[in-house]
Amino acid sequence: MTAPILSVKDLSVTFDVRQQGAWPWTPARKLHAVNKVNFDLKPGECLGVVGESGSGKSTLARAIVGTVPTSGGQILVDGRDLASMSPEERRVHRRDVQMVFQDPLAALNPRMTVGEIIAEPLITHEPNTPRAEVKKRVSELMERVGLLPNLINRYPHEFSGGQCQRIGIARALILRPKLLICDEPVSALDVSVQAQVVNLLMELQRDFGLSMIFIAHDLSVVKHISDEIVVMYLGTVMEQANARTLTTKPSHPYSQALISAVPIPDPVLERARPRAVIEGELPSPLNPPSGCVFRTRCPKAQASCAGDRPALLDLGNDHTVACPFHEEVDVLAAAV
Amino acid sequence: MSLLEIKDLKVTFRTNDGPVNAVNGLSFTIDKGETLAIVGESGSGKSQTAFAAMGLLAQNGSATGEVNWDGRNLIGLSQRQMNKVRSDQIAMIFQDPMTSLNPYMRISDQMAEVLVQHKGMSKRDAIAEATRMLDAVRIPDAANRVRMYPHEFSGGMRQRVMIAMALLCRPRLLIADEPTTALDVTVQAQIMQLLGDIRQEFGTAVILITHDLGVVAGFCDRTLVMYGGQIMEEGTTEEVFAQPRHPYTKGLLQAVPRLDRDDGDLQTIAGEPPDMSRLPAGCPFSPRCATMLEQCPAVRPELVTTSDGRRRACHLSIEEVVQ
Repeated sequence: MTAPILSVKDLSVTFDVRQQGAWPWTPARKLHAVNKVNFDLKPGECLGVVGESGSGKSTLARAIVGTVPTSGGQILVDGRDLASMSPEERRVHRRDVQMVFQDPLAALNPRMTVGEIIAEPLITHEPNTPRAEVKKRVSELMERVGLLPNLINRYPHEFSGGQCQRIGIARALILRPKLLICDEPVSALDVSVQAQVVNLLMELQRDFGLSMIFIAHDLSVVKHISDEIVVMYLGTVMEQANARTLTTKPSHPYSQALISAVPIPDPVLERARPRAVIEGELPSPLNPPSGCVFRTRCPKAQASCAGDRPALLDLGNDHTVACPFHEEVDVLAAAV
Repeated sequence: MSLLEIKDLKVTFRTNDGPVNAVNGLSFTIDKGETLAIVGESGSGKSQTAFAAMGLLAQNGSATGEVNWDGRNLIGLSQRQMNKVRSDQIAMIFQDPMTSLNPYMRISDQMAEVLVQHKGMSKRDAIAEATRMLDAVRIPDAANRVRMYPHEFSGGMRQRVMIAMALLCRPRLLIADEPTTALDVTVQAQIMQLLGDIRQEFGTAVILITHDLGVVAGFCDRTLVMYGGQIMEEGTTEEVFAQPRHPYTKGLLQAVPRLDRDDGDLQTIAGEPPDMSRLPAGCPFSPRCATMLEQCPAVRPELVTTSDGRRRACHLSIEEVVQ
């Protein structure tokens, strides 16, 4: 078995939330955005992270990139702990881990040309690169991500959403990172353009040997692009399995509810499918339920769920689930 | 007789860069109690069609054509007359429920306002009716929550409030403009289920404007596909999904990854959504169409009704698209 490129162990991220109008000496309330998350990412693989808004997916991504301080646990990149890195090592880490953001236009500086945007990481990390070499690498990469190199002197507002996302991807890849973190990279795009960007990301992953973390709320897209999928709820991992198992035969009641809520664009299947619509909405992360965080909406909840937090059970084949009452359910059963 | 009939609707916006034609000669009808999906990407004119029908176009927009409702053309009606129609005949819900609710008003006041204005109810009766309606859209503890402000509700709950408000005067047609786009899938499923129940309970016809083909598949009787302000194809939802007869619909269906399939590489539609101020004279989809013919960019294909009642606008024959 190959060593994982990224290994996240018991990772927690908490935010201090100050209440409005509280006395200055009143201690802030703790918001556990990410709560003891564990997973490994093998080199060259893509890990999908899904969950509703507020489940801590983006915070997790930010913690791995290093833009959010962690409050517990370890993030090991290539076996080295992010927290104990010297500033010099951190600089290297930043080269190796790059990120693509959700809103493609907001992620680009409107006053910089496309060439400058893509070249910036290169100039920051390798200031001695000759100008001609920078330009050559930028042009090559632009071509690779499907942008005409003669657009190098244009500004972001002259591009459409899909093209802006390609610029964002080119900027993330100019340093040849090992790990690419995509935070909702296609959710702001139209369906037809979304497919183009998904295909591009998959091609680049293959060609550059990238490892990827792909965060999205659209399960169909995540399933398409990922090898493994992690399901998160209120900062906690509910289930992890390979993409196929998770989307066809999930074991955790939350994964089942989530997947049965995803509409399938086929009127015959869609109307014949059994629907396990879960009631209610995400509880406040400031005041999460005790024990299993999903128990307030879970159809299988029992009194014991309020006690201890359920441990991640290993079902074999790299399939783990955090529910003692797990049971494999074929969520597409009526559909097949 | 159909409930709403739109005939040759055109919407144009005056902008500094010249006129933008958002909707170019759109015609369709919707029957009583029916659900119609208008599917399209951004810039396809799907929302502007609804805004034009409701008389809600922005200042620089103007609409021509006919929007026939109860034998009356709604285009050109005064604000006053339109208000009457908007209240108890056609209602609309929007994508972002937070920006459509007044943050300074309690839900009770916002909802009661509708009834006091349009039905002449007393404030007390109006609030009681509002509470009943909140209960009908399954907001728990409606009697207390009616006194809250919009920010005290979550996104899904706000959308329920919007739906309740739209239903207060028992409209015969509900236009839902991307009602679940801003919501999580689990909440989306709840809202779609609610809309389905409401349709049965009140017999309301629904126009669902969306880009999400999955939602359409589960909810709508009929589907209308728009591109560049024109209808590309129309038919019952089953037929359109089972056998798309327009290259655009076909491409769109192949471009979405599906949960129930191992789809390999996704088929894509090349290019970008159209620039509405520079549409080709012919078929608006021709610059992106993989099966374009010589005449496509110059000659606009007519929207033809086939013998089975479906409509399509394409120079290719049905067989050529389907195979």
